[in-house]
Amino acid sequence: MSYRLGVDVGGTFTDLLLVNEKSGQTWKAKVSSTPADQSIGVLHGIERVCGLAGIQPSDIRDVMHGTTVATNTVLTATGARVGLVTTKGYRQVLQIARSFVPGGLGGWVIYNKSLPMAPLSLTIEADERVGTKGDVVDVLNEDKLRTDLVALGAKGIEALTVSLINSFANDTHEKRIRAIAADVLPGIPVSLSSEVVPEMQEYERTVTTVANSYVRPRVQRYVANLRDKLASKAKDVNLHILRSDGGLASSQSAADYPVNLLMSGPAGGVSGALWVAVQAGFPNLLTVDVGGTSTDVALIMNGEPRLRRETSVGDVTVRASSVDIRTVGAGGGSIAHVPDLTGALSVGPQSAGADPGPAAYGKGGTEPTVTDANVVLGYLPAMQKLGGDMELKRDLSQEAVKKVAEKLGMRVKDAALGIYNIVNENMIGALRLVSVEQGHDPRDYALIAFGGAGPLHANALSRLLGSWPSIIPPGPGVLCALGDATTAVRDESSRTFIRKFADTSKKDIIKDLKALAAHAAKTLAAEKVPAKDLQFGYQVDVRYHGQGLRLTVNVDLKRLEKEGLDAISKPFDEEHTRLFTFALPLEHEFVSLRAVVHGKGVNITRQKSAMGKSDPSGAAVGKQKVFMEGRDYTAIVYDRAKLKAGARIAGPAIVMEMDSTSVILPKHTGLVDAYANILIYPDSHAAVKGKGAAKAVPLKPKAAPAKPKAKSAAKAKATPVKAKVKSKAAAKGKTKASAKRAR
Amino acid sequence: MPATILQTNKKSLKKVKVDTVTIDIIESALRNARFEMDTVLFRTAMSPGIREQHDEFPMIANSDGKMVVGQFGSFIWGFMDGYHGTVEEGDIFLTNDPYSVNGAISHINDWLMLMPVYRGGRLIAWSAMFGHMTDVGGKVPGSLPTDARTIFEEGIVVPPVKIIQKGVLQKDLLDVVLHNCRLPTWNFSDFNAIVAALRTASLRCVEISERFGDDVFYSAMDSMLERNKRAMRELISRTVPTKKQYFEDYICDDGLNMGPYKIACTMWREGDKCIFDFKGTDPQSISSINFLLNEEMFKMFAGIYMIMVFDPQILFNDGFYDLMEVRIPQGTMLKPLKPAALSCRTHALGRIFDILGGLLGQGNPAFMCAAGFSDSPHFMYSGYDKNGKWYQLYQITFGGIPGKPFGDGPDGHSLWPAFTNVPNEFLESYFPLRIDIYETITDTGGAGKNRGGNGLRIGYRFLEPGDISIHDDRWLTYPWGVNGGEPGARSKKTLIRADGTTENLPSKKDHIKVEAGDLLLADTWGGGGCGDPFDREVEKVAFDVDAGLVSREGAKRYGVVIKADGTADLAATEKLRTKLRAARKEVKLFDRGFDTVEELKARCEAETGHKPPQQPVFTNWAQKRIANDEAAAKAAAKASALAAAKGKAKGKAKA
Repeated sequence: MSYRLGVDVGGTFTDLLLVNEKSGQTWKAKVSSTPADQSIGVLHGIERVCGLAGIQPSDIRDVMHGTTVATNTVLTATGARVGLVTTKGYRQVLQIARSFVPGGLGGWVIYNKSLPMAPLSLTIEADERVGTKGDVVDVLNEDKLRTDLVALGAKGIEALTVSLINSFANDTHEKRIRAIAADVLPGIPVSLSSEVVPEMQEYERTVTTVANSYVRPRVQRYVANLRDKLASKAKDVNLHILRSDGGLASSQSAADYPVNLLMSGPAGGVSGALWVAVQAGFPNLLTVDVGGTSTDVALIMNGEPRLRRETSVGDVTVRASSVDIRTVGAGGGSIAHVPDLTGALSVGPQSAGADPGPAAYGKGGTEPTVTDANVVLGYLPAMQKLGGDMELKRDLSQEAVKKVAEKLGMRVKDAALGIYNIVNENMIGALRLVSVEQGHDPRDYALIAFGGAGPLHANALSRLLGSWPSIIPPGPGVLCALGDATTAVRDESSRTFIRKFADTSKKDIIKDLKALAAHAAKTLAAEKVPAKDLQFGYQVDVRYHGQGLRLTVNVDLKRLEKEGLDAISKPFDEEHTRLFTFALPLEHEFVSLRAVVHGKGVNITRQKSAMGKSDPSGAAVGKQKVFMEGRDYTAIVYDRAKLKAGARIAGPAIVMEMDSTSVILPKHTGLVDAYANILIYPDSHAAVKGKGAAKAVPLKPKAAPAKPKAKSAAKAKATPVKAKVKSKAAAKGKTKASAKRAR
Repeated sequence: MPATILQTNKKSLKKVKVDTVTIDIIESALRNARFEMDTVLFRTAMSPGIREQHDEFPMIANSDGKMVVGQFGSFIWGFMDGYHGTVEEGDIFLTNDPYSVNGAISHINDWLMLMPVYRGGRLIAWSAMFGHMTDVGGKVPGSLPTDARTIFEEGIVVPPVKIIQKGVLQKDLLDVVLHNCRLPTWNFSDFNAIVAALRTASLRCVEISERFGDDVFYSAMDSMLERNKRAMRELISRTVPTKKQYFEDYICDDGLNMGPYKIACTMWREGDKCIFDFKGTDPQSISSINFLLNEEMFKMFAGIYMIMVFDPQILFNDGFYDLMEVRIPQGTMLKPLKPAALSCRTHALGRIFDILGGLLGQGNPAFMCAAGFSDSPHFMYSGYDKNGKWYQLYQITFGGIPGKPFGDGPDGHSLWPAFTNVPNEFLESYFPLRIDIYETITDTGGAGKNRGGNGLRIGYRFLEPGDISIHDDRWLTYPWGVNGGEPGARSKKTLIRADGTTENLPSKKDHIKVEAGDLLLADTWGGGGCGDPFDREVEKVAFDVDAGLVSREGAKRYGVVIKADGTADLAATEKLRTKLRAARKEVKLFDRGFDTVEELKARCEAETGHKPPQQPVFTNWAQKRIANDEAAAKAAAKASALAAAKGKAKGKAKA
């Protein structure tokens, strides 16, 4: 019998989910994280979960792991001492960056730039030059380089990056430098920009490769250590690391290209959400992961998470594919404040963190946080124990929220509701980025909320967006581990290919895409994925010649064969119109080609429960005063473990479980489905009206035109009214007009 | 006759009470909409100037035309005043004529577009945006002729026109405009991109209004303006003294070998009103360095600068405009009369920020920033490649951000919001050139407790014969330092011919012929230093020396002695600092690097290799016209006063 194990290491807890691949049965475990050496917590958790399942660790065949080691290395600035080799004339490529100063007009007054990850004192220039077409303009001066590398080695570098101009077009100099470095600086890991991200744009390529070097030694040590420790318990186990793009990397590839792991943790959440929701019948999803300091959101369309060619961590942005997760500094610990001058209520991005944490934790925090607002509003009942043992102190929350209430001249509960509404709005801001701003109508999507605090806000967010249902999966706190466990091995191979459509042919494109696919398939073969399980996908990035954007078009090779390049330009024009309301009568241009290869996904069928009676009263454990939408209510509190499939929970209601609390608002109903998800709908929705068992009512996604409706203008009879915008000159002479304008 | 706004729903928008949280929510929704405008534009525009460098400005205004979120002054009143037609749902307006919109845009490269936002037959808001077109025709590629005498030489001037009528593009009209531009494809794409951005903003306003109701949306925007006014009133009374503060700065030359030109401004407070008076500014130039400054635009600059320096939490909008009064005398280089040329206004536009810093800082020296990269110098390169195809590059370059009370100025960065450089690999793949050098220049940032940023050196290697243009400044005057900080280094342009001969190029010049193999070293200037350099932490100086941003010799400007091994010699440093402190007469509030313009001109050639510019000669028609107009206005006023008196007398008699 074979087992696979998902492991998610968070700041406080390490979550594990063990799956019996044959029966689909799962076991969960939650243990404390061990930040000094995360592998200790992981091993401890493995023992715990194997004990629950009654198996030996050696029965586990695959371990899938989402890790935040790379992310934390960047966030805490504790990476390696990185040396950098640039082309002559480009030593300051990171110092200058894109010359961008954030903060709008006058933003420079308060902008202090952070230091580059490869310091200037450790950056040397190679005497060489390659032209834009890959032609060698100046050959590499090897003697000078050798001398300079020796000097660099003397300064104690721990990793080396080579990023030369136009190396995306010709990588021979970069490769040669690696060979020399191997000779001069043995044991120092070398990252080449032409391998990490072989794409045009020198700053982006350099910063990405430097980031790779920066996190590499630490990730390498971590992965090696974990692999050894696992091997001591289970000899034949395969360790896979979840990548930012939701694919899996072998432990070797993870150690070589750790820049692809910066979003490893949150990508697990998206995978988990996807797995749960698709099973429940909702392939179109907005995912919301609410943590202590921030909220991560993403969009999944037809069961595929949207990817983007960029990953941002702190103020570092690199060119690495990741699930398009947007993060907003709004979480349970976000602090509410009212600045003196404006008198406006704002929430975050400052956070009380885990220590001292919200006032309600009683650990010395006095600032009003989102969690405190939830406590004051009654959404987090006093009987709820966070993480199973922490007591909530309502009086301390009251005291903290009172501070902003006084400034605003409001009642404490009104201020708490204000905090709740504003933090929801901040989350909506991030959700808009992945939906409406990409041309997707959120009303065509369901919303799934997880993370400890997600279910507190899910119903409210769905209502603001019109995204139904709000899905609360069982165990919202361990969804990442589930995502890790259910991820399929995936790899992609891509190359820059800037060519106008007229200058290439379908034959060339098909040939190149197939070559890329063969390359990507090699990685999977190394992961022991049988050839028959491989699934291939092809993509091209296209733009109008001269444009800066690139839109990804999925390519169907058969259609391409039949229709020629129109099979690419037509969908591109459609997508361009959908996103930006117009297409251009201009020539199309390829930017890059990509092949994606998947292994077969894991075949876990979660057991369905038979639908029971709709009355949930057997699960009621108490009553709670709550303040919702400006009114006082008495909500019934339920124990989620006792809720049976088919139950209908009328709002207002609170549902508690070990790692999370869900809120159901008045005039909304939570339906418990066969997989123990709670699906929240407004009472007016067909899913609620249609009596009986909870049923998934998925919506088909439509192309959401971002076009404004300009219908009435032409039809309706135009009646002139007085121009409200009076001219200045006119206003001078006429007191009436100027009085009007002064308003 | 101002524009007539047509609305099918005659019920006027009502002021209702909106709770503070709803205002906050609408505020953040509008802010998101404004950023979404940028995103849509950047992604779909085609000219590198907009899509890579982000030379564009968005805004959303309320139904009265006041900017609620955005980045440029309200011009909608002026626009409507100059437009003699109707405004209807689905319309979009276009203009690039600065004189038609009182300077809301300040040269004809900027295409300004405006869209009324309707819901249910009523006007509920406006969205507007302008972006810099790489070319709008005229006498030189790039449409920024340094030697133009009138706006007509600068390209095609489009008055406010309805380019999209009830949703339908007026194609013939657009074709006429595009036909006059050298790169019509770019203009067309950028035009479409701006339309898409405006429609996005419009859609978002409609959504917000749908969600909360038209009256709530209207009232919330009003409250946002009110909120800003409240905050700014407080800020102005705290930071602007009633005593008059005066500051002047210069544009080095006009491209016709005359200069420097003076921009002068006096600032003071009366009650809660802050007054800026530009009396003393030089008359309008006969060349194209004039900057038609919109009063509202200046208020925005001043307001944003104050907010950034004193309290960045405040949301910026038009609410406080009543609290400022801006006086710009007619016929000066900041308020030139039509048809004065305007294309090269970038230097004066940037210099306004130095003026603001100098004015506001005097009342609050602790908050004062030095002078910085107050410009967006242009570089242009055009010609026919070996296939006979036209190529044309327009690029903005960057320099040293000033030292400021909050820290060092970044090296080789942009003072303008959202601007970024164009990746050199991108340039090399699209234009016949190689960028051989791309680095900041050691020691060009002014020394100070907080260092000014270094200027930038770009080494352009040309691969085809062509024409280049250089539009820069601060080659004569320096970016000044404050509170003991030293000025930053000047700019410089050197052309090294393929045969090795070197030419020292002037700061502003078009039609410079280059050949394949020539190398241009374009050095921009550094930021001024802020605070006493002898107070700078020794380890920071040592760090900069180690990084190569400051040389060992340059470290001595900070009184820091760096040993051969790169570490600081603390004892020698202490000694040197003591000596230098004693030798220094005073810690200057401003260090301009010169005492008088005459003294500066006297050493000009020795220091820069260029002859000093001559005393500017001004036009006299502008002054005559102003005098004539003033006399006519006086006569008219007199006549109307007389008539009024007569009428009164008549009325009395009747009674």
